[in-house]
Amino acid sequence: MKIVACIKRVPSTEATAKLSPDGRGVDTANLAYMTSFYDEIAVEQAVLTKEASGGEVTVLTIGPAEASKEVRECIAKGADAGIIMTDPEWGSRDNLSTAKVLAAKLGELDAELCFMGRVATDRDSASVGPMVATLLGWSCVTDVVALSLEDGTAQRETEQGLETISFSLPAVITCDKGLNEPRYAGLKGIMAAKKKPLEEVAFEEVPSQISTASLALPAERSEGRIVGEGPDAVPALMEALRNEAQAL
Amino acid sequence: MAAFKQLDFLDLDDQYSEDELMVRDAVRAWVGERFMPVVAEHFEAGTFPMDLVQEIGELGVFGPTTPEEYGGAGLNSVCYGLICQELERGDSGLRSFVSVQGSLVMFPIQAFGSEEQKRHWLPKLASGEVIGCFGLTEPDFGSNPGGMTTAAKRDGDDWVLNGRKMWITNGTVSDLAIVWAQTEEGIRGFLVPTDLPGFSAPEQKHKFSLRASVTSELVLEDVRVPADAMLPEARGLRGPLSCLTQARYGIAWGALGAAHACIDEALSYAGDRIIFDKPLAGFQLAQKKLADMATDITLAQLYCIRLGRLKDEGRMTHFQVSMGKRNHVDMALCCSRVVRDMLGANGISLEYQVGRHMCNLESVITYEGTHDIHTLAIGEALTGVPAYR
Repeated sequence: MKIVACIKRVPSTEATAKLSPDGRGVDTANLAYMTSFYDEIAVEQAVLTKEASGGEVTVLTIGPAEASKEVRECIAKGADAGIIMTDPEWGSRDNLSTAKVLAAKLGELDAELCFMGRVATDRDSASVGPMVATLLGWSCVTDVVALSLEDGTAQRETEQGLETISFSLPAVITCDKGLNEPRYAGLKGIMAAKKKPLEEVAFEEVPSQISTASLALPAERSEGRIVGEGPDAVPALMEALRNEAQAL
Repeated sequence: MAAFKQLDFLDLDDQYSEDELMVRDAVRAWVGERFMPVVAEHFEAGTFPMDLVQEIGELGVFGPTTPEEYGGAGLNSVCYGLICQELERGDSGLRSFVSVQGSLVMFPIQAFGSEEQKRHWLPKLASGEVIGCFGLTEPDFGSNPGGMTTAAKRDGDDWVLNGRKMWITNGTVSDLAIVWAQTEEGIRGFLVPTDLPGFSAPEQKHKFSLRASVTSELVLEDVRVPADAMLPEARGLRGPLSCLTQARYGIAWGALGAAHACIDEALSYAGDRIIFDKPLAGFQLAQKKLADMATDITLAQLYCIRLGRLKDEGRMTHFQVSMGKRNHVDMALCCSRVVRDMLGANGISLEYQVGRHMCNLESVITYEGTHDIHTLAIGEALTGVPAYR
């Protein structure tokens, strides 16, 4: 079975984001990057699937050539090959355009199963997975925390409880925390990854339909104020919540 | 504990290849997620987290430069340096465990062992199935190992070993000891399984330094090993001293890792700690300390990169290693003392890292060639005159 794990290179969650001079994006100068947290779970699930049922795992990303480090790290964890769809517009490409590019590539690769993170930790959209599945006419289960390909079932945590979904292949599965524990890239795996194929490919441009008009940092929180102590402080607290914070 | 952010004032990450950065980041992630949560309790208990040994083996940091055919990862020396940096960012005890296994046990087998010895021991040492230790130092012979009294005598085809070794990292938990001993043909090295009759390795307790590391005495009383237990290609002190050059190379990088941990903690603390209504970081005295440490650390980073490149080109000298080990351990110890002070009372708590590093570095500045001995090595390189005696 041909399995694809889609990943996204995102700013490190440890990095301090600054706005770019045009105010429409993040300043990328000296910005540290990483594989999006949930995409690591997707890669692990792809490798676990291969280990259990056989097949071949390809790591696929849209991004700059520099994403080779993140893709190689995924290969070092057990994937067989990597593809970077090099994209000068990667910072601003919208979700539908991204989904169309990925869907076309998945079709070309003759993939049957695609794992993605439930959401990318930069834009927080959680939409590319379902869009890809829709464009391809595949099944899609999102936010999966348990999976059995043998039974064709996946479980997702909802606010109402644990939901079990039956699905058929081909499918896009978006992976949530708890589905697995991503392994570390062992040093032998890193050396072996150097010998596995990593392709940089161009793709036919699909224009974005939406763009970011402006981006702003959250307003700084003002300093808290202690209005008193113990039960005696309740009236002053109520007063402040009603009139000052207008929270009640 | 806040996630580690490494100081990189000169954008030195550009100096590393993608593979080197991947290796560093893999070890950094493992140390941060698996080792940091347990190190303080092991330091307090005076134990090494033996339950992590298998994971360390799977990660591939035992003898990572060992060729793949013998179970290693075949990494270059810069990678090995970065691994040591990341491990000692966690704790000097962790780096010591890995240094001993790789530089002091696997290296001599690889460099001086027979093909049978390499095939038998190296894969097991690389995986962590076998733990090794290195018996050179004796109670009365540290900086002058040539005076050792441990002796191996021929008895038929066998060798019989007698003597005592001290300050041996991992001795008590080892399956294999490399024991250096006087013979009629000079100093030779022996591969001694620790379950042989006459071998014992009592732990040395009551340390205030390297507490998350096992330190032992090795006692050899008529320990009999076969002729093929001897390392065939190691003759005289050159054998053990060349191992120490490997280990000291790792310490030059490792001490840098400890210094990184200290300044990272100082920056984090100084930003958060409000004193006289403003962050500690806003005071000139604090900034002076931070600026001095950042400068020293940046220079040490440059030295390590150059040292690693020279080693990979086969051009590194043991004098250059001496300068790195000497300067970086001293620098890291100074940083740890400064940061301990900056943290005030918190600096003595195991809730913070710096006190642990400060105590550990008191060992690191002494072992693998004392600060003073490395001073003399550099002096010899500069003047051509050895001043050891």
